[in-house]
Amino acid sequence: MQDFGEAFGLALSLVLSGDADLFEIVALSLQVSLTATGLACLIGLPLGAIVAITRFPGRNAVLIFFNALMGLPPVVVGLIVYLHLSRAGPLGFLGLLYTPTAMVIAQTILITPIVMALSRQVLEDLNVEYADQFRSLVLSRWQQITALIWDARFSLTTVALAGFGRAVAEVGAVMIVGGNIDHLTRVMTTAIALETSKGDLALALALGMVLMVIALGVNAMVQSVRMTAARHAYA
Amino acid sequence: MRDVALDTALGADGTAAAARYQAADGRALETCDLCLTVDHKPLIKNVNLSLSPNGITMIMGPNGAGKSLLLRLIHGLIQPSSGRVLWGGQGLSDDLRREQSMVFQKPVVLRRSVAANVDFALKARGIRDARRRDALLDHVGLLDHARQPARLLSGGEQQRLALARSLATDPKILLMDEPTASLDPASVLKIEEIVQKACANGTKILFVTHDLGQAGRLADDVIFMNRGKLHEYGPADLFLSRPETREARDFLLGRIVV
Repeated sequence: MQDFGEAFGLALSLVLSGDADLFEIVALSLQVSLTATGLACLIGLPLGAIVAITRFPGRNAVLIFFNALMGLPPVVVGLIVYLHLSRAGPLGFLGLLYTPTAMVIAQTILITPIVMALSRQVLEDLNVEYADQFRSLVLSRWQQITALIWDARFSLTTVALAGFGRAVAEVGAVMIVGGNIDHLTRVMTTAIALETSKGDLALALALGMVLMVIALGVNAMVQSVRMTAARHAYA
Repeated sequence: MRDVALDTALGADGTAAAARYQAADGRALETCDLCLTVDHKPLIKNVNLSLSPNGITMIMGPNGAGKSLLLRLIHGLIQPSSGRVLWGGQGLSDDLRREQSMVFQKPVVLRRSVAANVDFALKARGIRDARRRDALLDHVGLLDHARQPARLLSGGEQQRLALARSLATDPKILLMDEPTASLDPASVLKIEEIVQKACANGTKILFVTHDLGQAGRLADDVIFMNRGKLHEYGPADLFLSRPETREARDFLLGRIVV
């Protein structure tokens, strides 16, 4: 077990020297989480928009259901995806278990409810402003949805970043469906868990530093998007 | 003042509960026994109207009279509890509604540039025409602001933008729900000028206002409502100088308090 100061120094040198293993893990993490965020936006934004502009029986129950899904425990999501992708599962024939694709699927399931629920709130608020104008112009539902999503793009960017933040920081789901295989499915969070348990704090700390920088970067981007939107009165 | 032939069908109690203009030409806009009831409370009560296709009709009345509701019913934004809105003898379909346009009291401004706001309305009708857009912005005096975020415009400018967007669809009927209620006098006059031009170009205007001066300046005819009921419909000069009903007289004298 290294002492903290030594581990910190080693971690810094790993980051600054551009250690190949470290950056492979970082790259895979970003690839998996960005892909999952993109997919979650493709699914969650239109769903959020539909629920935002539509009134139907049982709508409140749907809202409660999706809001509850925002708190899905990652390990449960991981377990469910694992059961589906394992050899005995219904999707076992795809052979996706312990691949980055399985990790993307798990993270997409994890953050789609977040994207959907947050975007629904954003778009519903905007629709209160726009609904009369839309009805006056006799717009189709598709025209309404695209207009709402476009006009709320700054707020929705922060929703997407929130989803990405959740995806990149979670460990349970990707550990179960990815297996934390070196050079294949090892991402920052699973590597930190492994290296910490092994007592190799340098790599764990180095990855932690990168993760913190990403977290700070995401927050800085959120703030920047908000300020840009406010400056242009698009918020 | 436009010459209109009044064919008044007075109610049994002597009030102009159902008044009727004969349409000189084109499609008349009619309401037949139009009622709106919300939570067992009648908000619009048996309104029967037939409006000629041209000119400016002012809808007047105290707060809570049902003016805005009548406008929304005519535009199909809300569905009546009973009765019908007819245009040229046909029920109000989506195709017919596309020939109408509405300007709201609080201008709806999309979170886009001024130009993109007008483009949006044009695109909704399948039109992509930058020259037409610029001509509309020029018409309402906003061409210099075309690239500016629309929400940074002043209240009067936002309302002119909303008006430009409404005119972009080349409506046969333009419905305006107190569009000048919170504007300064200069902005009011600009809006009125644009409305008069639209009317001169053949667009029928239905305009809700409380402003008697504005009614005097713009109106060809006036619909007067109180408590959801149509009390008078007639030429503006007659309404403003010799109102037929006690309610209208009280309104003009500032006596109706709701």
